[in-house]
Amino acid sequence: MNFEDVQKQAIIEWDKLWQNEKPLILVGSATCSRAAGALNILDVLRKELPKYGVNATIIEVGCIGLCYTEPLVDIIKPGRPRICYGKVTPELVKQLIQDYLIDDNPRPDLALGTLGDGRIEGIPKLFDLSVLRTQVRLVLRNCGYIDPENINHYIANGGYSGLVKALKMTQEDVIEEIKKSGLRGRGGAGFPTGLKWELCHKAPGSQKYVICNADEGDPGAFMNRSLLEADPHSVLEGILIGAYAIGASRGYIYCRTEYPLALERLRIAIGHMEKYGLLGDNILDSNFDFRLKLKEGAGAFVCGEETALMASIEGRRGMPRSRPPFPAISGLWGKPTNINNVETWANAAIVLQKGWESLAKYGTETTKGTKTFSLVGKVKRTGLIEVPFGITLREIVYDIGGGILGDKKFKAVQTGGPSGGCLPSSFLDTPIDYESLKAAGSIVGSGGMIVTDEDTCMVDIAHYFLSFTQKESCGKCVLCREGTRQMLYILEDITKDKSKPEDIDLLSELAETVTVGSLCGLGQTAPNPVLTTIRYFRDEYMAHIIEKRCPAKVCKDFISFYILPDKCEGCLICRRACPVEAIKGDKRMIHIIDQSKCIKCGTCYVACPFSAVVKVSAESVKVPEEPIPVRTRKGD
Amino acid sequence: MAKTEEQGLHKELREVLSSFRREREELIPILQKLQEKLGYLPEETISEIADFLGISESEVFGVASFYTMFRFVPPGEHIVKVCLGTACHVRGGEEILETVKRELDINSGETTKDSKFSLERVACFGCCALAPVMLVGKDLYAGMTTEKVKKILNLYKNR
Repeated sequence: MNFEDVQKQAIIEWDKLWQNEKPLILVGSATCSRAAGALNILDVLRKELPKYGVNATIIEVGCIGLCYTEPLVDIIKPGRPRICYGKVTPELVKQLIQDYLIDDNPRPDLALGTLGDGRIEGIPKLFDLSVLRTQVRLVLRNCGYIDPENINHYIANGGYSGLVKALKMTQEDVIEEIKKSGLRGRGGAGFPTGLKWELCHKAPGSQKYVICNADEGDPGAFMNRSLLEADPHSVLEGILIGAYAIGASRGYIYCRTEYPLALERLRIAIGHMEKYGLLGDNILDSNFDFRLKLKEGAGAFVCGEETALMASIEGRRGMPRSRPPFPAISGLWGKPTNINNVETWANAAIVLQKGWESLAKYGTETTKGTKTFSLVGKVKRTGLIEVPFGITLREIVYDIGGGILGDKKFKAVQTGGPSGGCLPSSFLDTPIDYESLKAAGSIVGSGGMIVTDEDTCMVDIAHYFLSFTQKESCGKCVLCREGTRQMLYILEDITKDKSKPEDIDLLSELAETVTVGSLCGLGQTAPNPVLTTIRYFRDEYMAHIIEKRCPAKVCKDFISFYILPDKCEGCLICRRACPVEAIKGDKRMIHIIDQSKCIKCGTCYVACPFSAVVKVSAESVKVPEEPIPVRTRKGD
Repeated sequence: MAKTEEQGLHKELREVLSSFRREREELIPILQKLQEKLGYLPEETISEIADFLGISESEVFGVASFYTMFRFVPPGEHIVKVCLGTACHVRGGEEILETVKRELDINSGETTKDSKFSLERVACFGCCALAPVMLVGKDLYAGMTTEKVKKILNLYKNR
């Protein structure tokens, strides 16, 4: 197979698609787009376009990252710039067909922005918007642009040119290129990738393996999922380049079972690669043989740890082992193995496609390049972002994220998943890189970035993370297994009015012991959320322990719901909504919550149309003993 | 288990095993394929899988019981999975789970008496930007509220 011919043909097809004679419609259909209703939108488009007599090409693309405004539909009319529409509903689809495709009114009121060249009056450029302006889209360059199930789209956009280049270089030169770029592992540890490849390349042995860690176990993180769904080949090309440089003839992608769409897209992509001779023997007429297998995870967070992951691939329980020996020397079945995260492999492809400077020109002194983050939680614009290292948390939360939902008060950013920490507002101006976040007590981690506000209880967050790691502990190390359990019991006591002030010191002592006494990253970092919340939010812990108060009004043992007599209209809505019949009071009578029955679910609080329900902590509200007519309140 | 039922089970198992090599590496994929076919891993199949791979039954069971995706009892017709990832937790995911528990009158890890629904809590689907999230079978529901729970479960009750 002549790859040059394949490239030429792919470019011709791609150009033809965009020099369109008929409208081109791109619909984001990644997992979160589908959750927002994208498949319904696709259905409606396919049904309605013929009805309106419009002949258009519809392509399903991956996620561009603007999750807060899904579903997204992009329309490219012949000769016009591409327009991106957000929060599209089936009704709006019909309007856009009639108004724009037929009547040539681009509906600026519905448009988010234009992409590419050309302008349309009244519609800003999408990448001028605050949500995208400071982003640098290297890893995510193709996401939302190409059909992830069409390898030719990837090839037409420079895809596999990195591999072609690498195969003409020596293995050592490829590794040198990665070293010069400054690429560090994007899975969380930040180990220099070039050095890691070199160690494996130099290790004795003829059979070597490469592994792509696509387990993405950190709750709150979905960067890898999005990339695999939107542009799987960008990762696969990186794996091939690495395998060549290291001298590996076999590779595995270990992808979590909770990502069925990513798994499907990987299967399709691997099939296409095999068809094009990009996998198998004598790849692109070089002497490089390589075969890739897809392995599905089975629901164990610990299998994101490299030695546990390898045990899982081997068909064993996912329990880590001590190192040395490191996987680079002795990994899968005792052979030299290089394991990297999805995003690391994708960056390797960029380095070979565009040169080491393409990464090295971004970032800080110690940390080059960009990082994808999943910006979620209490921000207005949740989504997938890619920013250069060195950007501050403030720029991310307020410029890109648009600030806190409901304009409430920022409390903390949680980075690094269950291994990371919670950083308060004093760190908003910290430039993000591996060293600065470590100094603050957190880590960059895989890229999960959860924003919390005044309504988030930091003790509850510490409890949440610890209960997660406790469940996921494989049980091998006594200190991880039992230490995290004891820490969890103490945290539960703190959230349930059963604690004493000395518990904080005990927690800290246990935390340090668990860190030291655990074999793998899970146990070593499990105490981090507890340690950082004690460090920066000690006052919240003390409020729970001493004042029996939850400042954020989250911990059920410390909160109560009351119906304010002077606001209640006696409308029965809360009474009907209450799942445990804890509210009494007939129509036009002031409703009263029976505190002995109330399960603190908050349903009445959400349901009341008059904001008459209040949530308090360590306070009491004066309410009548029995329901009285609404009219008998003060002022009537 | 009735004899014909057992024979049927072994036939299905042999069909699954026929597409795998007799290597330890295949153990988890075999268990995954079998559960995909049957909905769970019947105890009766452990021995045959162990024989196929030349390992002990305790090894097979040890691996199967380590990973949370594997079930040893048949699930309900509709499996409800509530996401309790960090973003979902921060956006009220726990209350969604409590509401589902109340509606179905079961705890997570259990199945309703009429075998219509099973409930599981999952660490993360990766749909964090649209938290809180709930899955029923293969249908993903985002931006969940406690009010939506009842409406969505009713869609499946009547199927």
